[in-house]
Amino acid sequence: MTNTAALQRYRTMRRIRSFEERVGELFLKGQSAGSMLHLSIGEEAVVGMTDAMRPGDTFTTHHRGHGVFLGRGADPARMMAEIAGKEDGYCRGKGGSMHIADRALGHLGANAIVGGGIPHVVGAGISCRNAGSGQISVAFFGDGAMSQGILYESMNMAALWRLPVIFCCINNQYGMGTRVDRSAGHCDFPARAEAFGLNAARADGADVEAVHDAAGALTKAARQGRPGYLEIDAYRFFGHARMDKSPYRTPEEEAGGRARDPLGTARARLAAEGIASEADLGGIDGDAAAEMDLALAHAIAATPPALSSMFEDVYAPGTPFPRPQADRLRAILSEGARA
Amino acid sequence: MIETTCREAIRQALVDAMTADPSVILIGEEVGIYGGAYGVTKGLIDLFGADRVIDAPISESAIVGAAVGAAMTGLRPVAELMYVDFIGMTMDQLANQAAKSRYMFGGQIGVPMVLRTQGGTGRSAAAQHSQSLEAWVFHTPGLRLVMPATVNDAYHLLRQSLTQPDPVVFIEHKGLYTMKGALDVATPDGAWGQPVVRRQGGDLVILTYSRMLHEALAAAGQLAAQGVEACVIDLRCLNPLDEAPLIEAVKRTGRAMVVTEAAVTGSVASDIAARLSEVCFDWLEEPILRLGGEDIPIPVSPALEKGSIPSADLIRDAALWLVLRKAPPWAA
Ligand SMILES: Cc1ncc(C[n+]2csc(CCOP(=O)(O)OP(=O)(O)O)c2C)c(N)n1
Ligand SMILES: [Mg+2]
Repeated sequence: MTNTAALQRYRTMRRIRSFEERVGELFLKGQSAGSMLHLSIGEEAVVGMTDAMRPGDTFTTHHRGHGVFLGRGADPARMMAEIAGKEDGYCRGKGGSMHIADRALGHLGANAIVGGGIPHVVGAGISCRNAGSGQISVAFFGDGAMSQGILYESMNMAALWRLPVIFCCINNQYGMGTRVDRSAGHCDFPARAEAFGLNAARADGADVEAVHDAAGALTKAARQGRPGYLEIDAYRFFGHARMDKSPYRTPEEEAGGRARDPLGTARARLAAEGIASEADLGGIDGDAAAEMDLALAHAIAATPPALSSMFEDVYAPGTPFPRPQADRLRAILSEGARA
Repeated sequence: MIETTCREAIRQALVDAMTADPSVILIGEEVGIYGGAYGVTKGLIDLFGADRVIDAPISESAIVGAAVGAAMTGLRPVAELMYVDFIGMTMDQLANQAAKSRYMFGGQIGVPMVLRTQGGTGRSAAAQHSQSLEAWVFHTPGLRLVMPATVNDAYHLLRQSLTQPDPVVFIEHKGLYTMKGALDVATPDGAWGQPVVRRQGGDLVILTYSRMLHEALAAAGQLAAQGVEACVIDLRCLNPLDEAPLIEAVKRTGRAMVVTEAAVTGSVASDIAARLSEVCFDWLEEPILRLGGEDIPIPVSPALEKGSIPSADLIRDAALWLVLRKAPPWAA
């Protein structure tokens, strides 16, 4: 670990935390497109994985993917605008929080179907392998997806075809109100991956450097055609989505989970090792807050998409739009149609 | 008779069915301790225990498949799919297994299960959580399909579904859970398979179902103020569906439209319009119109989402055009 890299990872984690807090504000101001907002607070150590990726690597995420995307270099203003359903958002206000994508940064799409994006990295891995580019494709998903059959079909293919692929499970201990031990008969998920022939590791989600060490080894092997599985052992600090107050878990459990704070751990270590002073860290925190305040203000001020844009992007540019209903009715009922 | 919500009516139907018939079980994601993503199954695990209210992992295909097996062996499972959008993940179990077992096995093995789910727009939940996919079910012989629009129907159609010998897909609308209305547990609005006239009128017929019923009724109110009387028929059961009352109403008025929230191409509305056109051809003054969702995925932006499905205003405009030949401003 180089000192600057560790400091940079702290900065990225702080930016994610600040971003997610502003997403909460966007909702409270009634400016978000809907309430299906899944915050990744508590899961910021995923930066250990995103930091082990390179430009040109591709990835997919689940519905709780804001942190992953920021880790891969997203512009928070365009992200926030998308979450607000605005025209200059990453997906022109069509996708929202659960469907952000950016081909330029390798983001092949966030997904609101649990497990939906996982097999895409198998295909993306074939692209990397066949191009001989040395690049990898990473699927980010939650512990909930460990119950979807498509994950195992995908793992088997990745192992069988020796694809440069990583399956990265952000285990925040819950799928909605269901704790992992209520959704799995046997919770040793890395053992499942190993059984398919993958390199498998579990890392402490309160320690971004531990995640980064594990991710470094796995991505190195993956680039040489040995696919891997990384589980980030974290805790979902807040409810499943904005409306969920988590009545199914105790305040004691939550306090314990939140004590495993990757930002707290990183901050303490950076200070203890003399890598950054309290003032340096405070500066990083302040910069992140200011940046995300701007992103929030941008999203609120941004323009909603024109109504006619709903017909765009169903099919490729240059092909006819789906026929709007108004046109169809006109063709049936107008006087001209009768003549 | 009590005043309650659709959510409570569905819950009451489950409680009453489970109390009356110990073979009824629930299986689905978050149906137990969490009480259902939309709160429909709240408290049922306390009433009936974890052997009958089964919290399942996020494994839709196996949830439906397990329900098929349970139904084959004497239980009467209610499988819950949190969103109808996830039906794709279950489609083999639903369309190849549940729907076809009785037929393929020469009538030996029936699958008396109910798949409860919900769909529709209104929450800016985007393209994978807002769809109206009833046509996928409708197109599959062997499946029954029910979509309630009122509180009383939410209760009775679910109770009736739980007496059927074959698989029933019961699709609720997320926008109706908090809607209030009258529940009379002793009196259904209509028999299984029967459409129900929700408003009388002699100038045209508006055929619809699920949440669009309420847009149609609002439109009918506006039309009445302009001297046009619309007959509004709630289809409720899309399969089985007794067409006789629909045919009678269309022949009587000579003007009809079928309204759905689903993308209009290949929709249930398209099929019903086609059936009625075939039979009522000589009685029609105007073509039977289809009003539906635009043929696009559902966008997240609230204005776009709303603009992509029919509204009371659109229904009113189309009706005035149909009946009075009065073109709306947007026709220009
Ligand atoms: C196929 C499918 N089933 C169910 C859901 C509803 N749902 C959305 S998120 C979620 C829990 C997912 O848990 P996990 O994968 O651990 O991700 P987390 O929310 O914890 O980040 C569920 C059940 C869905 N979106 N897709
Ligand atoms: Mg989880």
